Amino acid sequence: MAEDVKGESVASNDESDRAASDESLSNTMLTEGSCLLRRMEICVAEAEKRSGKNAVSMQETYTVYLVETRPMDAIAEGRNPPPDSLWRRYSEFELLRNYLIVTYPYIVVPPLPEKRAEFVWHKLSADNMDPDFVERRRIGLENFLLRVASHPVLSNNEMLYHFLTKEHGWKEMVYETGFQTKADSRLRALSATFRVRSPHKRLVEMKHYSDGLQSHTSQLLRARTRVADRLYAVYKVHGNYGRVFSEWSAIEKEMGDGLQSAGHHMDAYAASVDDILEEEEHYADQLKEYLSYAEALRAVCRKHELSQFELEMASQDLISKKQQREELATGIVRTFSLKGMTNKLFGQEAPEQREAKLNLLEELIAEGEETVKEKTAECDEHAEKAWADIVRFKDQKDKDLKEAFINYALMQISMCKKGIQVWSNAKECFLKM
Amino acid sequence: MSGAKVPADISGHMLDLDEEEDLEVFSKNTSLAEGNPMPNSPDSMVNQFRLDEENEEEQQGAINKDIFVTVDNPESHISAIETFITYRVVTRTTRSEFDSSEYEVRRRYQDFLWLKSRLEENYPTLIVHPLPEKFVMKSMVERFNDDFIETRRKALHRFLNRITEHPILSCSHHFKVFLTDEELAPHRKLGPGFLSRMSETMRAMANSVRGLRSKLEEFAIMQEYVDDFSNNMCSVDKVTHRITKEHREYMDELKQYGPTYFQWAESEELLAEPLKGVGSCVEKCSKETEEQIQYLSEVLVPTLHEYVLCADTLKAVMRRRDNIQAEFEAKNEALASKTTDKEMLQEEVDDLADRVEQANNALRGDWSRWRTSMRADLKSAFISTAAKNVDYYEKCLAVWESFLLSQRGESMEQRNGADAS
Repeated sequence: MAEDVKGESVASNDESDRAASDESLSNTMLTEGSCLLRRMEICVAEAEKRSGKNAVSMQETYTVYLVETRPMDAIAEGRNPPPDSLWRRYSEFELLRNYLIVTYPYIVVPPLPEKRAEFVWHKLSADNMDPDFVERRRIGLENFLLRVASHPVLSNNEMLYHFLTKEHGWKEMVYETGFQTKADSRLRALSATFRVRSPHKRLVEMKHYSDGLQSHTSQLLRARTRVADRLYAVYKVHGNYGRVFSEWSAIEKEMGDGLQSAGHHMDAYAASVDDILEEEEHYADQLKEYLSYAEALRAVCRKHELSQFELEMASQDLISKKQQREELATGIVRTFSLKGMTNKLFGQEAPEQREAKLNLLEELIAEGEETVKEKTAECDEHAEKAWADIVRFKDQKDKDLKEAFINYALMQISMCKKGIQVWSNAKECFLKM
Repeated sequence: MSGAKVPADISGHMLDLDEEEDLEVFSKNTSLAEGNPMPNSPDSMVNQFRLDEENEEEQQGAINKDIFVTVDNPESHISAIETFITYRVVTRTTRSEFDSSEYEVRRRYQDFLWLKSRLEENYPTLIVHPLPEKFVMKSMVERFNDDFIETRRKALHRFLNRITEHPILSCSHHFKVFLTDEELAPHRKLGPGFLSRMSETMRAMANSVRGLRSKLEEFAIMQEYVDDFSNNMCSVDKVTHRITKEHREYMDELKQYGPTYFQWAESEELLAEPLKGVGSCVEKCSKETEEQIQYLSEVLVPTLHEYVLCADTLKAVMRRRDNIQAEFEAKNEALASKTTDKEMLQEEVDDLADRVEQANNALRGDWSRWRTSMRADLKSAFISTAAKNVDYYEKCLAVWESFLLSQRGESMEQRNGADAS
């Protein structure tokens, strides 16, 4: 999946800053980039169980993952240095991701493997401690790191680098950036309902697309799980033939041998489904990644909406302040206001008070204009950068999923070939009956 | 009805029928030899699963046969009292005992029952192929459901054909009457009445209470085999039903699964085509599964079911043989303890002794016949099933391989396109 990106050239952070807006809108393939993955080989090599006391001083068991890194130039030179390594928990990966999401609100940040097993067909374990689950999670975490480290923007992040290299004190470093407060306030704002007056057409379309992607992939995953369950039953039930043929063969002289050996093939057939379905889990994992990606995409669109909303609020505020100034200056009340009414009824204020008020307003208006300018720039920048990353994401998605479908077809082909083998063998045995 | 043309040699050919209705009931290959239970759906390429060796056997059988019977054309008869189905039974024969060479009659299930009980009465230790059951308890199938009628028709057809293949049973007077007389009802009344049948059952019960003096070891072994065979057949039958059920549920889920790909494709651009590709592969595979299930239920399931019923038939045959021996032994004992009037009793005992001898010989002969045809039937059914499963996987393989080809071909084009630009 993400390993393919090693071969791709990616734009560096500096270059995208320098590039004109129209250039950055297209998915540029520049020659040399400063992408982290080109400089450093990364992998999540192992998983181990640990025990320790948690925050509330209770004993808990958790899994840690070994993150290994090696400098690329050393490998290129033929030296084979031992990798640097450190252990990370799933929660630390989560912390890294949350930090990236807050720091780069316009980037579709790669997702982590699922926290809890979902879309589980009944024989598959839903237990987080189950070795198969841990193994698939290890692969998912490695995939996450590879995707982040090969991203044109994300790969240059300092916290990412420290995550990979600084075992102790990394968490504190991240917290010190103060991203939490920003995260909390954004979260509050995003969860509120707000309406944007002039929405960004393309980003709204993307938001709807992300909703669709989420619902389609989850429907597909659910249906596939049910199919897997049923397939398991079909195969396993054939195992009963093994037992029954064996019993029957005991009383038959001529048919005995044929029945007995056919029964063995039926046992083999029943057993083969375990490997078949385990392989299919990888396909499910690939789809799950894009299910999570859909959420990330949606978040980018929503955050832009929020920026847009805040901009509109700021503009609105500025307009009303300017109106107030006009009223005060000219004495003409354009819009109905309580102040205006009381002025009419009880007379206007003294000129000194008016003067003071006007000055205050001028200050506020100047501030407001600055705010609007900033917010507009922020909004535009967000939209631009977001669109660039969305285009990159779309290409990656199309490529990855097409490959996933090809792999799925290969799995089905392998399953069919095994089926042909087993039943041909069984037929041979029956012929000997 | 009366103008039905029946060609001289129908082995392997489609019958020339006037009504379209008949084509629904059975089409293509109605194999008569060996009662090979082949499915009759035009879609299934059934013939490719039949072995060459089997064909030869059947053709040889066909050459030696001089009587051919078919059961077809179910019709319902509605009267004030009852509604029932009749089947058309067509006979073609060159046997001299038959006045004509062609007969056509209509028979209902009760008539078949009559024939079976007459045969069992007259030939107590011969093995008569089972009739389909009166009712089907397992599934909530109506008696007049099309599938049920078709399944029953095929079983009735096999029942009669097994009789035609039997050197002794096919010469039975009652069989001839069944095939030729327009009206069977008068014959039904003429048979041994209810009371005489009751007394026979009671005699049998009394004898079984007495127990047999000595059972020839060969029959003891046979009994043991019959019991084991019965258990085994029930197990295989159960497993097969379970497999069919699981297949069906799998197919149902596949039918839900395919559409999720198409739904997703609607919101995609570049990805739409591969998505639709996968979706249509899943769809095609679910159709193949449907065919596979149909094959299973038309070939393996009925065959196993019949042999479950056969096991019961065998048990009844063994019981009847035991009863005959028990009767003889009882009379023999009575004779031994008698001092006067021995001659008449001696005659009776001698007759009974002959009867025992006949019964045992008949059973011995039929036993090996039955074993041979059992082996052939079950072997053939399992081989066909395995072959169909291979075919199923081969078809699915082709579906996915062509999808793979289309995808890989495309990415080749894309790469070439990228290089060019």
